[in-house]
Amino acid sequence: MNMPTLTDSLQFLFAGLTNGAIYALIALGFCVVHNTMGIVNFTQVDLVSLGGMFLYSALFLFGLPMPLALAGAVTAAAVTGMAVERVGIRPSRSDNHLVLIFLTIGLSVILRGIMKLAWGKNRMAVPPLTADEPIRLFGATILPQILWIFLLTAGAVLLLIWIFRRTTLGLCMRAVASNADAAAVVGIDGGRIRMISFAIAGGMGGLAGALVTPITTLSYDVGVLLGLKGFAAAILGGFGSFVGAVAGGVLLGVLESLAAAGLSSAYKDVIAFGLLLLVLFIRPAGLFGSAKR
Amino acid sequence: MTPRDRIRYFFSSHRTGLSVCLLALFLLVYPAWVGNPYLLGISNLIAVYLIAVIGLNLFIGYAGQISLGHAAYLGLGAYGSALLTVHLGINPWLAMAATAVAVGLTAFLVAIPTLRLSGHYLAMATLGFNIVCYTVMMQWDRVTGGPSGLAGIPHLSLAGVAIDDETRFHYLAWGAAILVLTLGLNLARSSLGLALAAVAQNETAAASLGIQVHRAKIRIFVLSAVLASVAGSLFAHCYTFINPDSFTIFNSVELVTMVVIGGLGSIWGSLFGASLIILLPEFLHFFETFRDIIHGLIVVTVLILLPQGLVSGLKDLLRMRLLRKANNARN
Repeated sequence: MNMPTLTDSLQFLFAGLTNGAIYALIALGFCVVHNTMGIVNFTQVDLVSLGGMFLYSALFLFGLPMPLALAGAVTAAAVTGMAVERVGIRPSRSDNHLVLIFLTIGLSVILRGIMKLAWGKNRMAVPPLTADEPIRLFGATILPQILWIFLLTAGAVLLLIWIFRRTTLGLCMRAVASNADAAAVVGIDGGRIRMISFAIAGGMGGLAGALVTPITTLSYDVGVLLGLKGFAAAILGGFGSFVGAVAGGVLLGVLESLAAAGLSSAYKDVIAFGLLLLVLFIRPAGLFGSAKR
Repeated sequence: MTPRDRIRYFFSSHRTGLSVCLLALFLLVYPAWVGNPYLLGISNLIAVYLIAVIGLNLFIGYAGQISLGHAAYLGLGAYGSALLTVHLGINPWLAMAATAVAVGLTAFLVAIPTLRLSGHYLAMATLGFNIVCYTVMMQWDRVTGGPSGLAGIPHLSLAGVAIDDETRFHYLAWGAAILVLTLGLNLARSSLGLALAAVAQNETAAASLGIQVHRAKIRIFVLSAVLASVAGSLFAHCYTFINPDSFTIFNSVELVTMVVIGGLGSIWGSLFGASLIILLPEFLHFFETFRDIIHGLIVVTVLILLPQGLVSGLKDLLRMRLLRKANNARN
């Protein structure tokens, strides 16, 4: 095997960072819901696909200009997230986490069925946010879309942190996360907070989907592997920690890309998940997780 | 005790054994009654899945753990059997046994670090293991045949008679399934079963009662992996063709769905769950497009209305109703 040149390495690093940013966005969606409800929300996976689908429809069905279409897609994904919580999860009378997790898996099957029905099973192409002129940077070429991904991901992460640290809503969310009963006693509506956390998760997933589908392709199940890697990133960083989710996402993306370049691209999923298992075996609560579950 | 009481007592104290016998009797005459190879094919698939689902139910339902990767062990069993018979020409029975041992060992080695994890971390680890296995099955095409799969797997044979039609396979698969069902029913009431139920309730409390929590979990995990492996081997020898698409994470989710629909910790529920999920596509045949949605809706409805599963849930509902009626009669 040839040693990759510096330019090649840089190219792979950018590819890894791009995927990492997407994983981080999805991971944050997983974390927000986990923090308010204590469950893994597997519908996150489909909210990623939906982000791409909504962008596609906004552009080609409604003929909206790109910025409006992107905003519309993210909003629609957030609303879908809220609907999932309100219709699918809140009526459940169980507080058994196992049951709730399987419930989200069932809801995820329904969402994929609806997507298959509404958009068909074919692969579709979504245009990037701006023109496709590649930019040269230190000898490596990068698409403008990748810069958009970095920019918007960073923006979304900062917005999320600002909401959590600086607003009353964030305070309420943290209150519900730390003790739902105590939060209810001081008059915080837990149901509403959970619905908002699903909306945030939907928005994050939708944004990730809308940003990444121009580089990959769009189909009703595109979010499954992406979403599971987002879940892996969240676990890698320590489930529930925002810093951990971002670090886990970037780490997973970069390691995966470098492993694909240096070892084998066919086995990059094996390497990614193998590494994840290894980390979990050494640190059972993830890199940034605390010992308590 | 009057003779009538004695009969009633006999039936109530042997109800589990009698139910198993009744089921066995029904299955004995089923092929003569049905005879249609297509219908037999479906019920055979139920038997094969039931073996894996009971194993998984012991792990999820009794031990209260989570596995979203059991299709990997199904796949390892199928590919182990297939590779040993197709590439090395080993006798299918021997291949099946050797595979089961190898899968058991693999599961043991995987379980030692994995079962230290809990909750979401455990879900991720089992999911990750499934994705790793699936990718290897897909990509190592020189050995596994890649996406196009492996064909020409020999049928099992008994005393010179090849088990190559639906009726013969019916007796083999359901014979094995009844055996596993009995094993599951007994195990649930054994000391290991009770230990696992304690672990599921509260690990710390279980440990303080002298239960070796980690060891009990590993044991049941290895058992469930071996059962999945046997089911996978039967699957391979029945259809003589396998490809990786039968062993994805979606199949793992489907296995879990069978457990959950039937009821966590209910062995009879597993029989019901496996039957329902496998029969469902047959009923939904004519509206193919809505299949996934209806499939999901059933899971969601059951989980919202009867979170303990259809069988246990309906049983509880019935018991409540009878109690209420008895109360009303007394007042």
